[in-house]
Amino acid sequence: MMPPDDNAPAMTMLPDKPLRFPGGLQLASNKAQSLGGPIRSARLPRRLYVPLSQHIGEPAEATVKIGDRVLKGQQIARSLSYISAPVHAPTSGIVSDIGKYPVPHPSGLSAECLVIDCDGEDRAVDSGLKMRAALDADPAEIRQKVRDAGIVGLGGAGFPTSVKLNPGPGHQVELLIINAAECEPYISCDEALMCDRPQDVIDGIRIMQHALGARQALIGIEDNMPRAIECLTTALRNAQDTALRVVPVPTLYPAGGEKQLIYALTGREVPSQGLPIDIGMVCHNVGTAAAVARALIHGEPLISRVVTVTGAGIAQPGNLEVRIGTPIADIVEQCGGYTADVARLLMGGPMMGIALHTDQLPVIKTTNCILAASRDETPDPRPALPCIRCGKCADVCPASLLPQQLYWYARARDFDKVQDYNLFDCIECGCCAHVCPSHIPLVQYYRFAKTEIWDLERERQKSDLARQRHEFRIERLEREKRELEARRAHARKTPDQAGAGDADAKKAEIAAALQRVKARKAQQERESGTGESLGAEQQRPLTEREPRRATQQDDEA
Amino acid sequence: MLTAMLAIGILAALFGLLLGYAAIRFKVEGDPIVDQIDALLPQTQCGQCGFAGCRPYARAIAAGEADINQCPPGGETTIHALADLLGLDPKPLDAERGEHAEKTVAVIDEQVCIGCTLCIQACPVDAILGAAKQMHTVIESECTGCELCIAPCPVDCISMVPVKKDIRDWKWPYPQSAQRPVAASGE
Repeated sequence: MMPPDDNAPAMTMLPDKPLRFPGGLQLASNKAQSLGGPIRSARLPRRLYVPLSQHIGEPAEATVKIGDRVLKGQQIARSLSYISAPVHAPTSGIVSDIGKYPVPHPSGLSAECLVIDCDGEDRAVDSGLKMRAALDADPAEIRQKVRDAGIVGLGGAGFPTSVKLNPGPGHQVELLIINAAECEPYISCDEALMCDRPQDVIDGIRIMQHALGARQALIGIEDNMPRAIECLTTALRNAQDTALRVVPVPTLYPAGGEKQLIYALTGREVPSQGLPIDIGMVCHNVGTAAAVARALIHGEPLISRVVTVTGAGIAQPGNLEVRIGTPIADIVEQCGGYTADVARLLMGGPMMGIALHTDQLPVIKTTNCILAASRDETPDPRPALPCIRCGKCADVCPASLLPQQLYWYARARDFDKVQDYNLFDCIECGCCAHVCPSHIPLVQYYRFAKTEIWDLERERQKSDLARQRHEFRIERLEREKRELEARRAHARKTPDQAGAGDADAKKAEIAAALQRVKARKAQQERESGTGESLGAEQQRPLTEREPRRATQQDDEA
Repeated sequence: MLTAMLAIGILAALFGLLLGYAAIRFKVEGDPIVDQIDALLPQTQCGQCGFAGCRPYARAIAAGEADINQCPPGGETTIHALADLLGLDPKPLDAERGEHAEKTVAVIDEQVCIGCTLCIQACPVDAILGAAKQMHTVIESECTGCELCIAPCPVDCISMVPVKKDIRDWKWPYPQSAQRPVAASGE
């Protein structure tokens, strides 16, 4: 790794002007609808459904029981492994159930949730997260606090932030990149956050920068958000910060992809299947930075987030500060309810969002947008036609992949070949499917192939475990057999001394026992002599009678 | 003439020694092809192939004594993988051996179990926990679904249940489109 003092030339290597990453699409932004006013606070619902797994990694484990009274900000589930995040009570109330409830997930399956009946008092507990001087604190302490606050990447993936704040030994972070591009149409929660709370954003970035030891931080923001850029630069100018810059990047979907944004800002490429840390950079979402500031400066764990509620299917689109676990139906109602045009409900944007089958699902840490789209906004998929090899998909692919080849092999379930074409570098942005003249659902094929490959990998691990256990069992059975043989052999070898002695002792014992029995019998006979046993003079006629009887019997015969 | 014969003779002796040394120095322990075949088998150790476990079946395939289509738990995937490895043509699963079914795990009805330990002795992967006259239970994460514990149970308290579908190992379905999948997909 590069020694830290090499940072200065690395910084001068930054391009004067943001670059254009390969591929990408110009899409209608459709953000104005939801940016009509400031962020509103959503009403507390009657009941919150808080999933235990809202992040990448192991689900958290509930630390409260049914019937427990919880306070706002109290930890209700803890993380058991490194890549995991705890969960906090979004408000005060009573835990009324712990069990499987529907969660926003493409599968439509249910997952473990904590149900909290809100008492409406919203009483808070002291979280102990507040740090007096976070910017002077030890990075390890900051990471621990961020971890305790349950902060995960709010851009959509939900990777635990504390893990990404730890560059690990041997890595020097040159550059912290704050992803404020928010490239997907309709979504405006980050823009609203930057306009309404620029100070939180800047404070959070400074803390992250300090924790990572990064000399410089860049805020990458699409140039179609002049107000947000203005707000941030104003906040920065006040603080006279030079190590932190706002860099507008050209509006082009998907500029908010991590690798695409890094390329646009620095001209450097993250290696295939690698991480930004491999080239000395770390990328965090702007909302995550604000959440870090809320936790470490104001002592609030991650219990709410800004959610864009928009689309032609919503009467009054806007941005709302929503408690985690609030049912989607509740916040839609606060935005004036659905219009007659509503045709489809999505979590996320129109390009990468997931379809929801019901609005009875909770908002989770990674819910950036609720899109109730009309039929015009998200037309029904038209029947797929054969691929005509036009190559448009390859032109727009921001990862410079060959979508046709990926499609071909994914469709043929050739999972080795599809990986040779770097399937796992696909960010599922949907550009290829968007331009496909044959309406082939390309991203669905890639998602299918990815989950199949992960499943095969799990199967392989499971069969390896079974093989190991089976081999161990065979070895154990053989060992037991050998030990038994050995014991038997030992027993056969040593009977002469020990065995003979035993036999003698036994014989003596038996003899002694017989003796005792005889003695007792004799004793008994003597005692009962007057009764059953006869005297000599009485016995005589009897003995004389016996031969007489025998001769008599012979005569009769 | 003599020089030529001598030279050839010396060379022959030299190469002979070299080969002899190499045979000892680079001796391959075990049969690598058996390991490779074994790695592709699902390791249920169920014996449906007619052999006493996956490794004996792998040995039989390597020796040419068994066909590659005798593994019902592995199904089509395993047959294709074996065909690729061995350079054979894939063939349909031998119907006599059973059908490729959904993955299951054994569950012991703990109310009925009498603690006879017969299932523990039958389990090829030591996935059943218990002791004589104590209730037994199956360690679900270790169970391969081989069904070998079903037959020995004197009170029929073991049943096979499908593996629970969890949100974490959910898979995206094959895209439903108007087009039929290509022939190579094996459908």
